[in-house]
Amino acid sequence: MLGYLVRRLATAIPTLLLVSIAVFALIRLIPGDPVQLMLGDSADPQSVAALRQQLGLDQSMPVQFGLWLGKIAMGDFGQSITTGQAVLPLMIARFQVSAIIVLMAVALAALISVPGGLIAAWRQNKATDIAIVAASTLLLSLPSFWLGLLLLLFFGLKLGWLPVIGYVPFSESPGAALVYLVLPIATLTLIEIGVITRMSRASAIEVLRLEYVTHARAKGVPEAGVLARHVLPNAFAPTWTLIGLILGNLLGGIAVIETVFTLPGFGRLMVDAIFARDYPIVQGCLLFTAVIYVLVNLVVDLCYPLFDPRVTAE
Amino acid sequence: MSKPRFGLGLNGMIGIVLIGTLLIVAIVAAFWTPYDPLSLSLRMRLKPPSAAHWFGTDEFGRDVLSRAMAGASASFLISFLTVAFAITVGTTLGVVTGYLRGWTDRVLMMGNDALLAFPGILLALSLMVVMGANRHGVILALGIAYTPSVVRVVRGTVLSLREKEFVEASKMIGNSDIYSMFRHILPNALAPVAVLATSMFGWTLLAESSLSFLGLGVPPPAPTWGNMLAAARPHLESSVWLGLVPGICIALTMLGINLLGDALRDRFDPRMTTA
Repeated sequence: MLGYLVRRLATAIPTLLLVSIAVFALIRLIPGDPVQLMLGDSADPQSVAALRQQLGLDQSMPVQFGLWLGKIAMGDFGQSITTGQAVLPLMIARFQVSAIIVLMAVALAALISVPGGLIAAWRQNKATDIAIVAASTLLLSLPSFWLGLLLLLFFGLKLGWLPVIGYVPFSESPGAALVYLVLPIATLTLIEIGVITRMSRASAIEVLRLEYVTHARAKGVPEAGVLARHVLPNAFAPTWTLIGLILGNLLGGIAVIETVFTLPGFGRLMVDAIFARDYPIVQGCLLFTAVIYVLVNLVVDLCYPLFDPRVTAE
Repeated sequence: MSKPRFGLGLNGMIGIVLIGTLLIVAIVAAFWTPYDPLSLSLRMRLKPPSAAHWFGTDEFGRDVLSRAMAGASASFLISFLTVAFAITVGTTLGVVTGYLRGWTDRVLMMGNDALLAFPGILLALSLMVVMGANRHGVILALGIAYTPSVVRVVRGTVLSLREKEFVEASKMIGNSDIYSMFRHILPNALAPVAVLATSMFGWTLLAESSLSFLGLGVPPPAPTWGNMLAAARPHLESSVWLGLVPGICIALTMLGINLLGDALRDRFDPRMTTA
């Protein structure tokens, strides 16, 4: 187990190294002097020189990279250019908002889709199956931000059941926070139901064809038992992998949802930083995402043996 | 739905009809739209759908139908060029690394896997920082972001193809590596690429819409479905059609691509059956 963990972490090193080189190079690829870009044209030479030194831009490239990576490893992602806030605490605060939405949406979607896909596979080519497949293909085709706008329009503006704008931190009042998060979570849940149901159905169909399913039926196990005891455990592995991928990709896709619902989340932090040319935040967000992505995939892999005893962590 | 022996089945046909119709609209819009999609008219602000303006007008009095048509042109062209970029670069790299093996392969694939282990949309976002929010930036950023998955698929196919007899024979009669690669291996590796290209067209269209919605894609006043939705946000309650038209356009395109993609996968890639 420990050996596997170490080896698995080692494979993440090239990824993280490449991402950090790319993130480091990013600011230098932007046409023009990064310091002038950050401070604007009207900056006085003194502050230009000061920032240049603070960023280590007066050193050679490899030295700059080493210094920068060293700081990051110590948790020092620098300060925001526009507000002067330290980048790491800012990212962590914003990440909590996005993480709650993403985790709840994916958990809800999985709870609905895995049984949904299983039932569709069981009733393959019958009316139930066709209805489930049609609904999930339709959901899959909806752009998340449009679905969000429609839900906002209907439940927020027309019916007035839910707030249209604003946010209360979860730590202050979980109940009030949930009221603001219902619509974003519902939007993402609906979108992800489309993806997960199709995967769950496809893998359940493969398993239903296998001989041990016929055998279980032949020895008189009721259908519900066949599905729950024999099909579900064996069909869940590909779906679980997909859920891991979705969690990672949502970190990138969450910005549009946060824009629709004006939530102070991680995606919005990065997009706003891109607009404001606040490069330390942009760099920080990219690195932070890469690390989270690697960690999510690691956790997904480590959970595999829980669902499929044939897979061992070695 | 039993697997069709020939053709693409009912769903595939619906997909083709949807995509075909939208493609025709996109091509027509490149030459003609009912009104100028950019011409402002303050008298005609936020008018609901009527005989003169089928889909109403927007906050600047521009005809929404014309803008949606021009948006189709923009989105389809961007998606097409992005996919063309990713497929060309990715297929070339995939054929070369898969055929040559050795250290070229190892180094390139290490970089490729590192890129694959990172969400594509974020890669595109970071490239947009460098290239700026404009049409070329979007194409290049998304094209680079999607190239690694093409490399992976093509390399996998090439690895199995290079052991086939006809490739051996081509080498035996003295054909050069380049000739064998592009005359014998490439044509046989194209079916999975076609399936991937279809899905990728959808991913690109959605990603481009998302970027434009965030204000990081094609800048206004040029219409795309994404920036039309972004502009519609403040007027949604009073002018629902502004939010409905671009969204339905994106959803119909995505539906068409998903249906067509599923049908193509069932037809050409028996390993990845959706049954």
